[in-house]
Amino acid sequence: MTGFGDAVVYLNDPFNWTRPGGLLDLLVEHLAVSGIAVLAALVLALPLGIALGTSGRGGGAVVVLSNVSRAVPTLALLTLFAVSPIGFGNRATAIALAVFAFPPILTNTYVGFRGVDGDVREAARAMGMTRGQVLRRVELPLALPLVMTGVRTAAVQVVATAGLAALVGGGGLGRVVNLGFGQQDYGLIIAGAIVIAALALLTELVLVALTWAVRPGPRRLPFVTGRRRTVRGEPELTATGVPQ
Amino acid sequence: MQAADAAPNPWFDASYVVENWDTILRYLGEHVRLTVAAVVLGALIALPLALLARRVRWLAAPVLGLSSIVYTIPSLAMFALIFPFTGLTATTVLVGLVVYSLVILVRNFLTGLQGVPGDVREAAQGMGYGRFRLFWQIDLPLALPAFMAGLRIATVSTVALTTVGVLVGHGGLGQLIFGGFNSNFYRAEIVTGAVGCVLLALFADLLLAGAERLLTPWARVRS
Repeated sequence: MTGFGDAVVYLNDPFNWTRPGGLLDLLVEHLAVSGIAVLAALVLALPLGIALGTSGRGGGAVVVLSNVSRAVPTLALLTLFAVSPIGFGNRATAIALAVFAFPPILTNTYVGFRGVDGDVREAARAMGMTRGQVLRRVELPLALPLVMTGVRTAAVQVVATAGLAALVGGGGLGRVVNLGFGQQDYGLIIAGAIVIAALALLTELVLVALTWAVRPGPRRLPFVTGRRRTVRGEPELTATGVPQ
Repeated sequence: MQAADAAPNPWFDASYVVENWDTILRYLGEHVRLTVAAVVLGALIALPLALLARRVRWLAAPVLGLSSIVYTIPSLAMFALIFPFTGLTATTVLVGLVVYSLVILVRNFLTGLQGVPGDVREAAQGMGYGRFRLFWQIDLPLALPAFMAGLRIATVSTVALTTVGVLVGHGGLGQLIFGGFNSNFYRAEIVTGAVGCVLLALFADLLLAGAERLLTPWARVRS
């Protein structure tokens, strides 16, 4: 298909990146909206997840929320917000994206803190740690890998979904694809798709590296596994990783 | 104040649903067809892949790695990348949906298969079970909960993902959402499409949960 050649030509032209409203501007807009959405979700979901996880209450509600959120199409929420009093634009997009970032962070935080061994907690208390110290020095490091999984899932999902905002009058890199469809320009469509996909993959990679860096205990390089270890598939128990 | 607020624009309108029932049913039909086809095709491809990945151990890591990479690709980009090959057809949507459901299913299938205890398989082999009978009578029943969990997740997320098909004009109920947006922000149409999607997803999930209950009578006794 000729479109792929056109896409490479388009992406190779520095002017397409640097001009006002070009790829760089859209990229910054895309990342800003995504970042705000993830931060907002983090601020709300983290304390709630910690509170529910350490007390062990509300597990059913968390599971139901994560399952129901899977069933709501992102496009539907983006559209609904656009026609509601919230209106168009980046604010509406950020709010809609934050709503979708909330369940994965909450679920994983809950599961992470819920999974901390009760004996470890008791031992820490017996050593004279206060409640706050147990939380910060014992529970948080142990739960951190799962919390980070939640953040990674949410962030990748948000970066991916932010592209859809362009379909309903929002900004970000989705505009390139949308414009391409409007003009029947295959090259533009593919160029936009490549940039969005690359951004999502990059987000995933950066957060995988970050997760690895904060993992407690001896560190094993990701993807490098011992010869005799069987790689196991991970069951999807939490609201992790639904492509949007 | 937006122009859309000047005229009455209710969030839900029963008369819209009644008057456009045929259109709604048509889009619902497309939505259901795309979802069922995507999950069934995805399962048909994922099962041999999972069986192979269990059998040939070193294949498990690349299969899972590749699946998580594909998983990361946004649906907008996926449909846009398939579009030049298949154009403005439902095939574009179907191919994208199959890829996503395949990726979800292969993980869950592999997890289920790896969870089958080795002793049980060995015992069955010792009793003279052939390869097919081993799969049908040992692997399948024991891995069924994981298989069904995968099918449920794949189905629910496929129902939600289908809406992005509006990009090529075949988004099932997503057409209502997008159509309402383009018809001067007609809220009743948007809400009908959105609620329809959620109800369809929940209905499909319940249906599969019921099927799982029927297929695993032994699990009921335990609980």
